[in-house]
Amino acid sequence: MRNLGVNKWIFAVASLLSSVAAWAEYNLNLQTPHTLLGQKIYDLHTIVTIICVIIFVGVFGFMFYAVFHHRKSVGHKAAQFHENTAVEVAWTLIPFVILIALAIPATGTLITMRDTTEADITIKATGYQWKWGYDYLKGEGASISFYSTLSTPRAQIDGDDVAGRQANPHYLLETDNNVVVPVGKKIRILTTAADVIHAWYVPALSVKQDAVPGFIRDTWFKAEQPGIYRGQCAELCGKQHGFMPIVVEVMTAEKYTAWVASQQTKAVAAKVDPDKNWTLAELKTQGEKVFGQNCAACHQATGMGVPGAFPALSGSKVVNGPQQDQIKLLLNGKQGTAMNSFKHLSDVELASVITYTRNSWSNHTGEAISSASIKAQR
Amino acid sequence: MEAVNTHADHGHHDRGHDDHDHKPTGLKRWLMSTNHKDIGTMYLWFSFFMFIVGGIMALVIRSELFQPGLQIVKPEFFNSMTTYHGLIMVFGAIMPAFVGFANWLIPMQIGAADMAFPRMNNLSFWLLPPAAFLLIGAQFAPGGGAGVGWTLYAPLSTQAGPAMDLTIFAIHILGMSSIMGSINIITTLLNMRAPGMALMKMPMFCWTWLITAYLLVAVMPVLAGAVTMTLTDRHFGTHFFNAAGGGDPVLYQHIFWFFGHPEVYIIAIPAFGVVSQVIPAFSRKPLFGYASMVYATASIAILSFMVWAHHMYTAGMPVQAQLYFMYATVLIAVPTGVKVFNWVATMWRGSLTFETPMLFAIGFLFLFTLGGFTGLVLSITPVDVQLHDTYYVVAHFHYVMVAGALFSAFAGIYFWLPKWTGRMYDEKLGRIHFWLSLVFFNLTFFVQHFLGLAGMPRRIPDYALQFAEFNAISSVGAFGFGFSQLLFLYIVIKTITSGEKAPDRPWEGADSLEWTHLPSPAPFHSFVEPPVIK
Amino acid sequence: MINKRANNRMMTRLSIFAAGMFGFGFLLVPFYEKICEVTGVNNLIKPAVAVVNTQVDVSRWVSMEFDANAHGLNWEFKPVQRTMKVHPGEMVQVEYDVTNKGDRATVGQAIPSYGPNHAGPFVRKLECFCFKQQLLQAGETKRMPVQFVLDGGLPADLNTITLSYTFFEVQGASLKPTKADGVNS
Repeated sequence: MRNLGVNKWIFAVASLLSSVAAWAEYNLNLQTPHTLLGQKIYDLHTIVTIICVIIFVGVFGFMFYAVFHHRKSVGHKAAQFHENTAVEVAWTLIPFVILIALAIPATGTLITMRDTTEADITIKATGYQWKWGYDYLKGEGASISFYSTLSTPRAQIDGDDVAGRQANPHYLLETDNNVVVPVGKKIRILTTAADVIHAWYVPALSVKQDAVPGFIRDTWFKAEQPGIYRGQCAELCGKQHGFMPIVVEVMTAEKYTAWVASQQTKAVAAKVDPDKNWTLAELKTQGEKVFGQNCAACHQATGMGVPGAFPALSGSKVVNGPQQDQIKLLLNGKQGTAMNSFKHLSDVELASVITYTRNSWSNHTGEAISSASIKAQR
Repeated sequence: MEAVNTHADHGHHDRGHDDHDHKPTGLKRWLMSTNHKDIGTMYLWFSFFMFIVGGIMALVIRSELFQPGLQIVKPEFFNSMTTYHGLIMVFGAIMPAFVGFANWLIPMQIGAADMAFPRMNNLSFWLLPPAAFLLIGAQFAPGGGAGVGWTLYAPLSTQAGPAMDLTIFAIHILGMSSIMGSINIITTLLNMRAPGMALMKMPMFCWTWLITAYLLVAVMPVLAGAVTMTLTDRHFGTHFFNAAGGGDPVLYQHIFWFFGHPEVYIIAIPAFGVVSQVIPAFSRKPLFGYASMVYATASIAILSFMVWAHHMYTAGMPVQAQLYFMYATVLIAVPTGVKVFNWVATMWRGSLTFETPMLFAIGFLFLFTLGGFTGLVLSITPVDVQLHDTYYVVAHFHYVMVAGALFSAFAGIYFWLPKWTGRMYDEKLGRIHFWLSLVFFNLTFFVQHFLGLAGMPRRIPDYALQFAEFNAISSVGAFGFGFSQLLFLYIVIKTITSGEKAPDRPWEGADSLEWTHLPSPAPFHSFVEPPVIK
Repeated sequence: MINKRANNRMMTRLSIFAAGMFGFGFLLVPFYEKICEVTGVNNLIKPAVAVVNTQVDVSRWVSMEFDANAHGLNWEFKPVQRTMKVHPGEMVQVEYDVTNKGDRATVGQAIPSYGPNHAGPFVRKLECFCFKQQLLQAGETKRMPVQFVLDGGLPADLNTITLSYTFFEVQGASLKPTKADGVNS
């Protein structure tokens, strides 16, 4: 039991000294909260844990006293009592009172937590297998819309680039497009999902809300300091459940305004760009990136897929067949399989990734797909 | 019959006596068995086999999690491992283990000749191997095992491959087996007690099983209903859990946890029963507060029907509902606390010795209470929202399931092994088994609290670098814990083959009928004529 | 000693109880729907029975947000107006645009949802495209109205409500407009 005693002791000390920054480095407690509500939850957890530790030490103090002093080997004779009404009533009522005392602050915190009214900005987070989509619905930045996928390179995950992984402080907790919000504003997050249940979880902002397909749920946070806060999907949603992070970037009001402007310019730019003529080589280079972020998880970087689960693209009939069919498949997805629609990708991205698959591994069609032909089939 | 009224203190049985018991031999003895002792033995061996299978799955999980990055298995296989590890441990290992205890002990403890329905008893057991076959075989279905988590949440489960159908059938079969077993146990306990064996005189183990059996009959059909709905959603176009047709995925969670929370107590309550037999025996003192123990167990069972949605605080429900479920959940701490206090009070001023069963019982008491306290932390809704679906929850329920139910099962096996086999286990090895299990268990699971607090979600095959150290420690612990159980197997086999002959009542403080009225090993047929209870 | 009759009687009773609990599992479905209807969580596709409180409470403003999702079908679906300030009791009409971007006729059913979900019972929809399935030919665009009144009994602290719709494809639905129109819930 000594081992456990030591662990328990560390845990108790960590809880008691949790305000000391040094402990945070060892991750023995909740992440440092960055919202006022989060601080309340943090304190609530500390109080409950301390009460538990005290009762635990008390009860097992008695037990270990008995273990050491009431043992047969020291000649202790067994008493034969087996009832004591007063004691039994006391140890029913006292915990009851302690629990009521605990429930009171918990109730207040819970009610605050669920108050999603008066938000400055509303963002809808949609869970997909396996990425997040964000739509800014209300407030500054309304109508901004983007997808957010894991940006950690596959090579780091699959072990081809272990050095890269070890040098990456945000391994698995980084995305191509972060959710950007202004500091000090109440941000309301609506969650929903496209396929199965996901959960939107950012520990440092103290939010976790399931995203249920067909329904919306809401939660909120108000970040107190600018910074980057990282979280992950918290509800098992299939194969890539561990690979759909959430990164929230909290900015000052001015920076946020600038970000909104840049997003809007980008949206306009994206509409002009497709007229450019791309060469096969350019498309392939670009396509490899798109493939890595969107396709490699299932079809694998080798294009060989996973037998029985995800078809190989190398030598595939679809990939080597008429390009219209492949474009259609990517735009609409395939019902009843994990192949989702990828119509959220731009024309150029789709053209490049299709070009890449048609000219990689054992596939040598030599065709460069133009973004115009994607557009035509949309 | 001679076994009747044979007080352990006077008279040994001659070996030849058993032969007059018409004990069938060979394969037929086991396949066609209607003997509660043989069926109990089969339940126990079956659960040990499943414990090993589920344990290997756990080790696959911990191997992958030893380091960040994907090294050993693919994510979909990892998900399948977490799913079937959970299902096999819950339905294949822990539940059958305690049904095995029930079969062996209930008739002997209440002075009955056998279970009420011996042939149904045989069927209850023999339904298990096909179910196990389906669960293990699901791994080889096209597309691999269903990586949906043991809770089988829709719509992930409606999306899964054919393995899901095998899993659903397995659950149906397991459910039928449990229901039949429970009907048998209830009938035996209520109708077959020896004259003078009043309900409030029954050993605590019998009481806990009576309550558990009622829970099982009440909730296993509900689980069967939930998975049936999943099945029809998958194949017959119903929309119970599909928003497109007016259903709701969250409804599945409500139905599942209406089963799932009582299920937690279905596992825990018989464990309470075993510990309530072991602690008084080695304290040489009667169980403190027998009546309050019965009432506390019953109120835990009743409360367990009223708290299911505390597993769903983040799924979205009105704040009033969250408040209600928080208060109801917190309330369960009261009767659970009463039980813990009662056990400590039983030890208080006793005359304690620390043979292996007692060590495991104390280990249970200490670690189960720790798991109970993390449960209290989790019952506070705002805190739970932070910790839900993180490793904190994983640590919490492994304290309750492994250090709780499993340690209690070990305590029970060491305690009754002399009665079952007529031979003593090796005390020294037993103690080593306990200390290894205790140390490695805590090494595995204590650090998971920290992982969860820091925000590591459960059921992920790869994780961010800040979680690396604790995961490595946890994996080392898991391998240690796993290999320690091979020692347990060795101890049991050694006991059966070459253990020293056990006296009829090897434990000074043990006072239920199987110790006081029956020889060791217990004869094939016992209490054919009911004993006289003073 | 073994009373076979009593044992069998007990087995019958317990079996009936188990069968009843199996039925109870299914009973939870309508029970859950009823609870959701009463509390307004996931209140689905039935029109409000009557206009409850026609008294317009001009002293209060509630900020309404409109949201749209299409899942599993190739439809573009969005609200014409994203936000609106309304008084409780006031009759409001908003519109949604939906376009079938696919190359085949598709039947869809919209499922409403509310954020926060306890706002549901206070949004009394008098007319809604979600009351029936919608058939869209390939390339067809429809503008669809929703008419609602916010119940005057709306809790004072509820001042932001999101009304969200998700269109799902109705698999195997008849594609004849007359019939599809008749499919009502």
